[in-house]
Amino acid sequence: MKLVIGIVRPEKANDVLEALYRAEVRGVSLSRVQGHGGELDRVETYRGTRVQMGLSEKVRFEIAVSDPFVQPTIDALCEGAQTGDVGDGKIFVVPLERVVRIRTSETDDDAVTPVRK
Amino acid sequence: MIDSGDTAWMLAATALVLLMTPALGLFYAGLVRSRNTLNTFMMCIAALAVATVTWALVGYSLAFDGDAGIIGGLDHALLRDVAFEPREGTKIPHLLFMAFQASFCIVTTALVSGAVVERMRFGSFLAFAALWSVLVYAVLAHWAFGGGWLQAGGTLDFAGGIPVEMGSGFSALAAAMVVGARKDYGRQALLPHNAVYVLLGAGLLWFGWFGFNGGSGFSTGKPSVLAFTNTLLTPACTLVVWFALDLLRDRHVTAIGAATAIIVGCVGITPAAGFISPASAMLLGALAAVPSYIVIVWRPRTRLDETLDVLAAHGVAGLTGILFIGFFAQESWNGVADGLLFGDAAQLGHQALAVLVTPIYAFAMTFAILRVLGLVMPLRATAREEAIGMDVIQHGEEAYATGEGAILVAHEEPVPAIP
Repeated sequence: MKLVIGIVRPEKANDVLEALYRAEVRGVSLSRVQGHGGELDRVETYRGTRVQMGLSEKVRFEIAVSDPFVQPTIDALCEGAQTGDVGDGKIFVVPLERVVRIRTSETDDDAVTPVRK
Repeated sequence: MIDSGDTAWMLAATALVLLMTPALGLFYAGLVRSRNTLNTFMMCIAALAVATVTWALVGYSLAFDGDAGIIGGLDHALLRDVAFEPREGTKIPHLLFMAFQASFCIVTTALVSGAVVERMRFGSFLAFAALWSVLVYAVLAHWAFGGGWLQAGGTLDFAGGIPVEMGSGFSALAAAMVVGARKDYGRQALLPHNAVYVLLGAGLLWFGWFGFNGGSGFSTGKPSVLAFTNTLLTPACTLVVWFALDLLRDRHVTAIGAATAIIVGCVGITPAAGFISPASAMLLGALAAVPSYIVIVWRPRTRLDETLDVLAAHGVAGLTGILFIGFFAQESWNGVADGLLFGDAAQLGHQALAVLVTPIYAFAMTFAILRVLGLVMPLRATAREEAIGMDVIQHGEEAYATGEGAILVAHEEPVPAIP
């Protein structure tokens, strides 16, 4: 089991969701974050004040998956989020110690496997 | 003879109509996604800039100099001989008449932007606004108000069903077709980001519309009083019917639906304001809701990304109002002409002619302007720019800047506050 964390451009978040859906990855959390990843700074002007926007809006995906789903999840994140310019984001894969599905108390692989009907 | 009462009211009415353009900016800005708020608003501000200049340079002259059939002359270009003498047929100064008509040209140019928001490049829109305000608005204004062939032939249009409402609505259709759909249109839900702006914008538009319709009699006389009052009655009836249609369709009365209904009602009464009785105006309000509602429900099911439904709210409602005059005009109220129901079938013919010709001219000319402009400059932003948002790309600003992560760019050498 791994936790796949993907930090992507907000304008690519929908493409990532579509790619994850196609890869049959179902359990996803996402949050809006701000970060800096070496992209060229954007300059904005308000009356006499010029500012460099050092932080960019990003979207952070958190996806807990069983081992066979790790690579498809990474592929989907890359496919959906890539533009080729600096600032496309990062993917971090970290090991997971325990997972519990609250509704059923299932644990680990069972808990990260989507309910099939 | 200048009448001081008329002049006083027209000064106020002109200011009221001018408020409609920023009100429209607020209305439109609320309907788009947050990353396009400023760009959408700025298109309306751009109309204030560009259309005012073109109007003073040639637009006013082409619309209101002489009564040739197709287009006016150039004797009033650069506002030559437009001064303090009363404008023919009114008791207000010619200069004020020009300013009042200018505010119409501005708001109409701004209206068309609703078809192309969220993807048209700002520079291209400036060029388009300059050409459109002259080649479409001034020509249609001449036909309807300036003694052109429609007005001379007997077509009635009190405050702009032809140049303003049908002119903008059918131009919007052409603009949406040439510029093309937003990249996410039909793929993602593209939702209004602030319904409160939409309601406030609609409310301010209604407020301004009292000057728009109430001023179009150019006096404080009976036609102005009738038009002013009808501007209260018609939108109220449209609202009531819209509530009912919303309830039937989805069991909810929606806020954005209500804002739309206010616009549709105001548009519907615009051409008819000074020509029909208050009771007829209420009927018009109820009737006008239906065709616009149908078009608003139908349009998003098509591939046509006429983004803010200018066609439904203005083109279709304006068309309804123009036709309605043909049935319900009442000489006992307007002192000018009767409609079909009061004994003059010919009036309906005059109105039907405008309904046939105006959409064709507005659509074809707008289509041609944008096609030619597209040869000289790109009309729309790239898909990547569209994704980032037009505010940052076109203006280098954000509507909702948090300031987090913003680093002040220091000047090389600070300038002392007191030298």
